[in-house]
This record gives sequence, structure tokens and C-alpha cells, in this order.
Amino acid sequence: MISVSSATKRYGDFAALDDVSIDVEPGSLTALLGPSGSGKSTLLRVIAGLEEPDAGAVVLEGRDVTYVHPQQRGVGFVFQHYAAFKHLTVRDNVAFGLQIRKRPKAEIAAKVDELLEVVGLSGFQRRYPSQLSGGQRQRMALARALAVEPKVLLLDEPFGALDANVRAELRAWLRRLHDEVHVTTVLVTHDQEEAMELADRIVLLNHGRVEQVGAPRELYDAPASDFVMGFLGPVARVQGGLVRPHDVAVLVEPDGDGAVEAQGRRGRHRLPAAAGTGVQRRVTQDSGSSASGCSSAGRLPAARSASVTCSTTPRRLERTAIHTCCSGAALPA
Amino acid sequence: MTGGALGLGVATMWLSLIVLLPLAAVVARSLDGGLEAFWDAVSSRQAVAALRFTLLISLAVTAINVVMGTLVAWVLVRDRFRGKRFVNALIDLPFALPTIVAGLTLLALYGDAIAYTRWAVLLALLFVTLPFVVRAVQPVLHELDREMEEAAHSLGASATTTFRRIILPNLIPAIISGAALAFARAVGEFGSVVLISGNVPFDTQVTAVYAYKQLESDNITGAAAVSVVLLLVSLLVLLGLRLLERRP
Repeated sequence: MISVSSATKRYGDFAALDDVSIDVEPGSLTALLGPSGSGKSTLLRVIAGLEEPDAGAVVLEGRDVTYVHPQQRGVGFVFQHYAAFKHLTVRDNVAFGLQIRKRPKAEIAAKVDELLEVVGLSGFQRRYPSQLSGGQRQRMALARALAVEPKVLLLDEPFGALDANVRAELRAWLRRLHDEVHVTTVLVTHDQEEAMELADRIVLLNHGRVEQVGAPRELYDAPASDFVMGFLGPVARVQGGLVRPHDVAVLVEPDGDGAVEAQGRRGRHRLPAAAGTGVQRRVTQDSGSSASGCSSAGRLPAARSASVTCSTTPRRLERTAIHTCCSGAALPA
Repeated sequence: MTGGALGLGVATMWLSLIVLLPLAAVVARSLDGGLEAFWDAVSSRQAVAALRFTLLISLAVTAINVVMGTLVAWVLVRDRFRGKRFVNALIDLPFALPTIVAGLTLLALYGDAIAYTRWAVLLALLFVTLPFVVRAVQPVLHELDREMEEAAHSLGASATTTFRRIILPNLIPAIISGAALAFARAVGEFGSVVLISGNVPFDTQVTAVYAYKQLESDNITGAAAVSVVLLLVSLLVLLGLRLLERRP
């Protein structure tokens, strides 16, 4: 259980954390998500004790550790750029925390071998970090952090420096690892996909404040603000309101004058005809009727119309076209 | 002829003219009287005493520089204080100042208190070799990954343990290289010690000054012979350094 209450951290005029309070359930995998400069890394470092908050408190498993040195917090920390001990072999890197704790040599050797097995690095014991790939280095760093059996595992953009394939692979692997080991884990990421895929809960931060906390689905389906909605997936602005591309679908064939109607989950849109390609069309929202059973109680305001630029003729205006239109982000109102 | 071969040729010729030729001349001169005369010159009691003192004082200077140089580098990289840039520029002063001026300065400052003692030689050598370790360690410390230290802290290591087991091992190659250069320089130093040492045989006389005295008394072969010994010591230190650097 991690509990941060009213944490505030300022660097000069810049408020990295502005009265932030979060609770992390034991055994959960929580993602701190937000754009850069939102304070997510600072929050993680405050939990680890690598930064001291100007105000507020950090409680780990019932113990107030706000001013406790990181060496006594019992947390495992994994850095974006691995922070591998360059002068030590893989084995000695992983063994470091146990050697500090003066465990018997045989126990250390067994534990290191076991952990390297878990992270898929058995056989790499004698290598130096410079002889490993980025993904391998990060797995070594994870083994090193897990070796001391931390109460809490903190990961600061752990996959941020890796290329896309390795990132996806390690993400899935981390999720499996967490399901096996069940150590309370907090992960910092700016990648909403990573947060959605990995986390049980997401804490979305912006400008040093918590925007919303909840399960990934909750944040996606019931965003508390435009910022949350915009951060968790592609959106288009229609008449001052935000819509997701999949919230809009074309249901009917073009009628006599070439106009089509788009049926969204949150309303009905009429797309009147105009000649040629690349033309201006109007998206008319009729949130009053919901004949086909679609909810109109969405976030889209009951606006009458909005302009959409489409590069397709009315007859070919289909679901995908609308997707394309709306994914084009800022549509002029 | 390719550009590479031309470059290699010019570089070789330049080094031969500027470095190897004079050295060869010294070696040749030292053997003017044959091997026996060479051996007599370098094994005379006074020459041996001077060489012993030179090596010991250079070792002491190097040891002090390793500690203090690393400390100064640490402060210059890690601490923030007013006038840091000025202090940083000050470090190179011993490089820029003519060493004879350094000797005069020390003499004026300490005068009778330590002049013509071994302490004076120690001080003079400390002054001229100060920059070596500082300038070797500084960039490495600057580039050192701070997150390594944070990782060590989070794994339960205290500040001292982190320094001993994480920071120091990463600085060792730079410290060794700075130490070797400082040692080689101390062994050959002349200008700053010639005045302040007083050149007392069997006491404050260093080999370089001894060689100078031999020259003054027209014993050119003897001067060349002890010079060759100094040359060999420096060469060995620098070769040893290369060997150490080649290890991963």
C-alpha cells in the first residue's frame, strides 16, 4: 500500500507536483500517465525518496517515509536508461543489493541465478552491461531491483528507450511477471497505450495535478475532462465538443441530393452532399432522436452542425471515411 | 601515394625529428665513455641518492595528488558555489606559469621556513603536478551516470558504500592515468625545484638538478647518463599506463 497525500514539489516557479494525493492498492499495477512535465516522474521519485517533497507525506505500508533516505525505504527502482553498474558483471549487478545486505554467498548466488532465469538472462552472468542489448539491460535492471524483494517496485518509463518491438515484448512480459510476483508496482509512462495495456489503475496527471484516477476502461469511457478524453485516444473537436472516431458511423446510403447520415453513439449526423472530392461537408448532430437505440446522452453538445473536410465523394462516404475525417483532429467548428 | 601514407610519413618524420632524435642523442652521449663509464656515472653514491629521493618524493606527490586531485575534481563537478569558474581556471595555472616562477613564488612566500628542505621540494612538486589528476578525473566524473548512484541508494547502499563500490571503480582508470602523468612530470621536474631545493646532496637533490650540476662541472657524459635513467623511468611509467588502459 502506497499513500501519497498533498505532495507538493516546486522547482523555482514551476510546480512539478501541486497538492497531489494518490493511494495505490497493494499488489496492483498502477500507471502514472501524463504528458511530459506533468509531474509523473517527480511523483515516482518522491515515492522512492529520490526527491523530497516540499510539503505532503508519503506512507509506505503504514510507515511515514516522507523524510526517510531511499536506502531504507525498501523500494525497487528501475530507470529509463537502465542505470546499469557499468563496471560490474550482470551477476554482480543483480547481486549488489543482496551483498549490501550481507546475505550469505550461497544464498546470493542461488537468488541471482533464479532471478536471471525469471528475466530470461541465464547464461549472461559473466557479461558486462555494455555487452547486452537495451532490452536485456532493462531486464537485468528489473532483476536487480527485484533481488532485494522490495515492498514496492517503481518503474520510470522503463521501456521508453527501447525500440517498438522490444517495448511491446517487454510490456507483455512485465504484465506476466506482475501476475506471478504480485509486487505492488507503479509505472510511469507518457504512452497511453502502454498504460491501458498494462495497468490495473491509471493515475492521469497534468500540470502537476491529478486529473482522474480509475481503471483504464473507466477513464476511457467516462473521462472526467476534455483533457482526459483527449489524452487517452484520438479525438476530433466538433462544435466545441470532443468525439472519438469510433463514436461516429455512417449508417445509411446517400439520399437523393447526395447527403448521407452518420449515426454516432452519441447522436445522429447528417452529411449533406457537395460536388467533387475534397469538399466541405456538414456534420449535423441531431441529439434529440435515438431511433436505433443509440444513446444520445454523450458528451457531444446538442449542436446543429459542424464542418468536416472529406476527401471522398458522397457515395463512397463510408465508415472509414468518417473515421478519417474525425481522426483529423481539430475540425473547424 | 595515398593521403594516409603521406600523413603517416609526415607524422613519423616529425616525431623522429622532435622527439626521437634528441633522445637518441642523449643516449648516445651517455655512452660516450662506454658502458662502464655509464654505469659508474649512474651508480655513484650521489646519483643513487638523488634518484632515490626523486622517486620517493614523486611517489608521495602522486599519492597526495590522487586524493586531493580527486577531491578538487569532485568539488568542481558536483558542488555549486560562487567563483567556481574562476577556481576552475586557476587549476591550469601551474601549466601556464613558468616553473621557475613557481619556485621563486614559493621561495618568496615561505622563505626561511622551509626553503632548502625536502618539504620545499614536496610543495614545489605538488604545485606543478596539481592539474594532472584534477583534469583527468573531472570529465569522467562529469559524464558519470547519476542514476547509477540513485540505483545504488534505492538498493540499500549508503553514501559511503555507493562512493566506494559504484563511483570510485568508475573513476579509477582516470585517476591512474592522471597519477601516471603527475608522477612522470614530478620525476623530471627541474625549474620549480632548482632554487627552492637548495640542491643539497644526499638530502634535497633531485636527479634533474643533479644532472644540471654535472653539466655545470663539465661532466657531460655523467649528466647524459642520469638523464637516460630519468628517461627510462618516465618511459616505463607511460608504457605501464598504456598497458593498464588496454584492460577492459
